[in-house]
Amino acid sequence: MFNRDTWKEIIDTIRKNKLRTFLTGFTMAIGIFIVVILVGFTNGLQNTFEEFFGDDATNTFFIFPGRTSMPYKGYKSNRSIRFDNSDLTDIKANFEPLLEYITPRITRSNLVSYKGESNNYTNRGVSPAHQFSEKTIIMKGRFINENDLKIKGKFAVIGRLVEQDLFNGEDPIGKYITLGDSAFKVIGVFQDDGGDNEERFIYIPYTTRQLIEKGTDRIEQIIVGFNPAIGYAGAMVLEKNILKLLKDKKVIAREDRSGIFIRNIADELKQNQQFAQVLGFIALFFAIGTIIAGIIGVSNIMIFVVKERTKEIGIRKALGATPRVVISDILLEATTITTLSGFSGMLAGLAILQNLGDRLEDYFITNPYIDMGFAFGATIVLIFFGTIAGYVPAKRAARIKPIIALRDE
Amino acid sequence: MIEIKELHKSYKMGSNSLHVLKGINFSVEKGELVAIMGSSGSGKSTLLNILGMLDEADEGIYTLDGVPIENLNETKAAEYRNKFLGFIFQSFNLINYKSAKDNVALPLFYQGMPRKERNAMALDYLERVGLKPWAEHLPSELSGGQKQRVAIARAMASQPKVLLADEPTGALDSRTSFEVMDLIQKINDEGNTILVVTHEKDIAHMCKRIVYLKDGVIVEDRIVDQVRASSYV
Repeated sequence: MFNRDTWKEIIDTIRKNKLRTFLTGFTMAIGIFIVVILVGFTNGLQNTFEEFFGDDATNTFFIFPGRTSMPYKGYKSNRSIRFDNSDLTDIKANFEPLLEYITPRITRSNLVSYKGESNNYTNRGVSPAHQFSEKTIIMKGRFINENDLKIKGKFAVIGRLVEQDLFNGEDPIGKYITLGDSAFKVIGVFQDDGGDNEERFIYIPYTTRQLIEKGTDRIEQIIVGFNPAIGYAGAMVLEKNILKLLKDKKVIAREDRSGIFIRNIADELKQNQQFAQVLGFIALFFAIGTIIAGIIGVSNIMIFVVKERTKEIGIRKALGATPRVVISDILLEATTITTLSGFSGMLAGLAILQNLGDRLEDYFITNPYIDMGFAFGATIVLIFFGTIAGYVPAKRAARIKPIIALRDE
Repeated sequence: MIEIKELHKSYKMGSNSLHVLKGINFSVEKGELVAIMGSSGSGKSTLLNILGMLDEADEGIYTLDGVPIENLNETKAAEYRNKFLGFIFQSFNLINYKSAKDNVALPLFYQGMPRKERNAMALDYLERVGLKPWAEHLPSELSGGQKQRVAIARAMASQPKVLLADEPTGALDSRTSFEVMDLIQKINDEGNTILVVTHEKDIAHMCKRIVYLKDGVIVEDRIVDQVRASSYV
């Protein structure tokens, strides 16, 4: 059955019946191609979501002060709320066991210069824990530590691109840069997966920033990292309790929604993950639908092929082809076409996904890919069912009496 | 070579059945050239189909070269057809996407003959029917007479015991018909047994024996003086 002659016969038949070969093959190839592209794009979409959050810790709340929107306990509406150092200590004191870290953030923009080079950079007054919340990676030197906070030292940790801009290949560690009106000693260089913007930041101790601004104890933003062990539900409760504590302390009505804002990254992440998951389900649904459509398409063509070949099968049987030979010829032909075209469709899809890379990033598709196992599996399934679909008409064809097949129309 | 006794066949046509063969008794010796004649509906094609194992009889005995042909399953029938019989059809029944040579080689392919051998043999048979130069042509590039000659070469290729021809000249003009009959006579001269179904008198008289069928029974069976087709060509 698997000798050279059988194959020559099949290849002959395929070569000389281009239309039906094309129809079968095209249905197959396009089916697999669409599945690969569809699943690849969905994965790309999910990659984009992950990338949005990937560079920051997800067990994080950002707490911002706002303006009150209703009068409360003798205070007028539209009162501006401010955070100070005592808020940090209060949150820490009340929720200590639930917290992983807490850090303030005071953001400013200053002219920074070193020797001849200068530029405007955003700098952030922070505490050591900030390193965790932004997943900052230290390349050289170190990040800000507790001692820096205590002595309110003029130390700066600069981004990789700041180093590139200002230092011209010189080692920046231990050098002094002018930031605003003060000289800061560079103690570290960092990189961040969050992109170029994040690598143009400069971190300084928040106490130093407060000292420069005339000894104020004001802070702008509080970043809280909760213990991941408390889970999503725990985080939601913690968010509510922190909000309650701060509102009571700042004398803001509980139902005032604009006095203090909390951005809960965990919640946002969860929502986006759910969104991505739903997209994944939809894509899977369409992928399965496409595969089924492919199977039906191949079955139809097989029925048509057998119908078209009825007379030929009759001739072959009159010349001595046994039913087994008839069936195996039809099936081998179908399987050969579906396998070749199925895998070319798959490879074409894979090649396109590979080539796209990051080109569709603007459309929220990053690095589209498909699990090789899935692509392979889908192709095999389609070939398998294509063959089964071919078997039924092939078997019927083999049972046709040559006399009926040969009857002149 | 062929022995049939009390052969019956009927077809179901909706609720009533059509009794086509009503007890045929008939035998053919090796080397005979027999014409089976009859008007349409006389059962001549049915008889040929049963002889060719393309169709089954309802009852009766059929022996071919000493082998009883009975209880055939499809596989067995295919094997016997390949080994014992060669077919020549009115509409040639060549496979249209295969060259003349490949068509002739097809029965040998089903015999499992190696490619080189069967191609050589196919060319050999094409030469005998005078079509060697057309070996690589497709049926669509051949004339009717040429197609029938390819079909004859194909029927001969497997060296069958009996050649069965169903209206072999039915689709041909008289001149080409005589050419084809000339070829059939020559093949018969070499000692091959041939049965020809026809309704044309002059074609029948080119055989050595004529069997007349009417309404499913043999009404006449006689030896005739063979008219050589070559005298017309």
